[in-house]
Amino acid sequence: MTQALLEVEALSMRFGGLLAVDAVGFALQPREVFAIIGPNGAGKTTVFNCISGFYQPSSGRIALAGASIAGLGSHQVARRGVVRTFQNVRLFKAMTALENLLVAQHRQMRASFLAGLFNTPGYRRAEQQALDNALHWLDYMGLRAYANRPAGNLPYGHQRRLEIARCMITRPQVLMLDEPAAGLNPQEKKDLQRMIDALRREHDVAVLLIEHDMGLVMGVSERILVMEYGKPIATGTPEAIRRDERVIKAYLGEA
Amino acid sequence: MAAPTSSRDALRSSLGSALIAAVLTALVTVPIFGLHLERAGMRTVIVPQWSTVAWACALVFAVQLLRPWLARAFAGMPRLQRPQLPAATPRQRQGLLLAALLIAVSWPFFAGRNAVDIATLAMIYVMLGLGLNIVVGFAGLLDLGFVGFYAVGAYTYALLFHWAGWSFWEALPLAGAVAACFGFVLGFPVLRLRGDYLAIVTLGFGEIIRLLLINLTSFTGGPDGISGIPKPTVLGLPLTRSPTTEGGTTFHQFFGLEFQSLHMVIALYLMALTLALVTLWISSRLIRMPIGRAWEALREDEIASRSLGLHPMKIKLSAFTLGAMFAGLGGAFFAARQGIVNPESFTFIESALILAIVVLGGMGSQLGVIVAAIVLTVLPELAREFSEYRMLIFGLVMILMMVWRPQGLLPMQRPHLEVGP
Repeated sequence: MTQALLEVEALSMRFGGLLAVDAVGFALQPREVFAIIGPNGAGKTTVFNCISGFYQPSSGRIALAGASIAGLGSHQVARRGVVRTFQNVRLFKAMTALENLLVAQHRQMRASFLAGLFNTPGYRRAEQQALDNALHWLDYMGLRAYANRPAGNLPYGHQRRLEIARCMITRPQVLMLDEPAAGLNPQEKKDLQRMIDALRREHDVAVLLIEHDMGLVMGVSERILVMEYGKPIATGTPEAIRRDERVIKAYLGEA
Repeated sequence: MAAPTSSRDALRSSLGSALIAAVLTALVTVPIFGLHLERAGMRTVIVPQWSTVAWACALVFAVQLLRPWLARAFAGMPRLQRPQLPAATPRQRQGLLLAALLIAVSWPFFAGRNAVDIATLAMIYVMLGLGLNIVVGFAGLLDLGFVGFYAVGAYTYALLFHWAGWSFWEALPLAGAVAACFGFVLGFPVLRLRGDYLAIVTLGFGEIIRLLLINLTSFTGGPDGISGIPKPTVLGLPLTRSPTTEGGTTFHQFFGLEFQSLHMVIALYLMALTLALVTLWISSRLIRMPIGRAWEALREDEIASRSLGLHPMKIKLSAFTLGAMFAGLGGAFFAARQGIVNPESFTFIESALILAIVVLGGMGSQLGVIVAAIVLTVLPELAREFSEYRMLIFGLVMILMMVWRPQGLLPMQRPHLEVGP
């Protein structure tokens, strides 16, 4: 096996007396879809927050392609190519769908301040390229018709798709999706599953997924990590997880 | 039987609230209106003036008592229509802008000296308002110490002139740069604070600058400030009656004109207008640039911005620094216009006024800020007889705005980038 893209080892996060994440570890391979599941409050989102730099983990190692990213600020983690969506969609609501995608390209635009002020040809080219790029992703997500609408006014399912597009436009190596299927109808869930699959095949991105919808998780992931009370209780393929005693116990309670 | 009882109850409750309101009014007005300090020869005596207090209480009592009836009487009236800018095509808008520009450039040649002088002041405030608008309106950072940067700009020119004999045009860019540096250096530690905390720290900064200016007596002239600062030259020619340097020529000599002090007034106005226009141009470019989008994104959702790799500190710092720069440029011009700078001109009330311009105009709305800046500088001049009540009227306007139009006179309509289908 080649080197893992994202490695998490013995990750722990303590909030005062509460050990929210306790010695979680996994390795995400390139182009893999890896899901983290578990009952509510198991610490899944905390793991996400640690990886994406919103929390500083109490201990443990997080490495992207061999280089540690633990302790970096969230914007630095994003710059290295690990981007995420949020459980409760965080779009820039007053900005249009198009502008949401333009903002996401901010750090790729190398136009100087003066070039922008005087609207030089080089600056206009860069802007046009950003615009084309944004339109490409709107088309890809089937959101072209909503380009000029404030993002906050989009139907919920579209907002979720726009948020994923906003991540993808930063050309990430790892895409972290926090409950992307929450609030979607069955058809949208099916579309989402197809989209996740297409993204990793066409755009060479590894996907880290938190999801409660078992249909989606089992359908799209190659491996699954199950967490309960902050502890990892099982890792394996969907088939193995489905048969795992501890997982069944965690989800269904003791018989 | 139910109806009379309930109406009696209503009367009783409004009587109660009217009484409470009247007592509150008395408490507030007694120290302000009720007790007058009057000098009688050597001594100062307190002369009570109860009639004013009584009138105020009676008025508040009556209004409170009648309020339910007034509310009912007015309920049927149509609501006041809010002013709305008519939608204009880009072409029409360009035409309007051009016309406004032509008027702004040409009117001082026909207007009176006083009017032009006030307009110059208004232009300085337009510039300051637009500068603060970048910080407060675009980037959403509440800055209560803006006057500190204004002071830095003014004193940069004053000190450069005083100690090194620099002219206005030499000092102007440096004044902007020095103020920007102050913004940058202050912003560094301060911008990790948010909202109210940021407001308090910037407020403190404004005061520190003022106190420094007062206390560094040997360097800044202390409370007396620095005087005799020369006015800007035009094409390198001073607009004075006689040459300022040995063997120099003045503007009117060079162009063979009759000397008129009005020339200086008009020239100052046109310079202020130019500075304000440059500020307007830069800030309206900025909001359309990636940095403008980043400011808005950061203002809306900092967490989401960070998750996309936007560096929050850098982006906020750029807004803070740019705003400070415009304040500095405005300050240098202010120093040149006044001919004297002293710490008196840079009190907190000045920061409050500039912030009021931004809030009144509609945060982020450039047209709104311009209108508000003109209104807030011209109105007090028109109502000089009421100068005692200036702050009262100011407060009243603010309250009315809060009730009637909390988003400002002309709320921001950001230029959205539109694409065809």
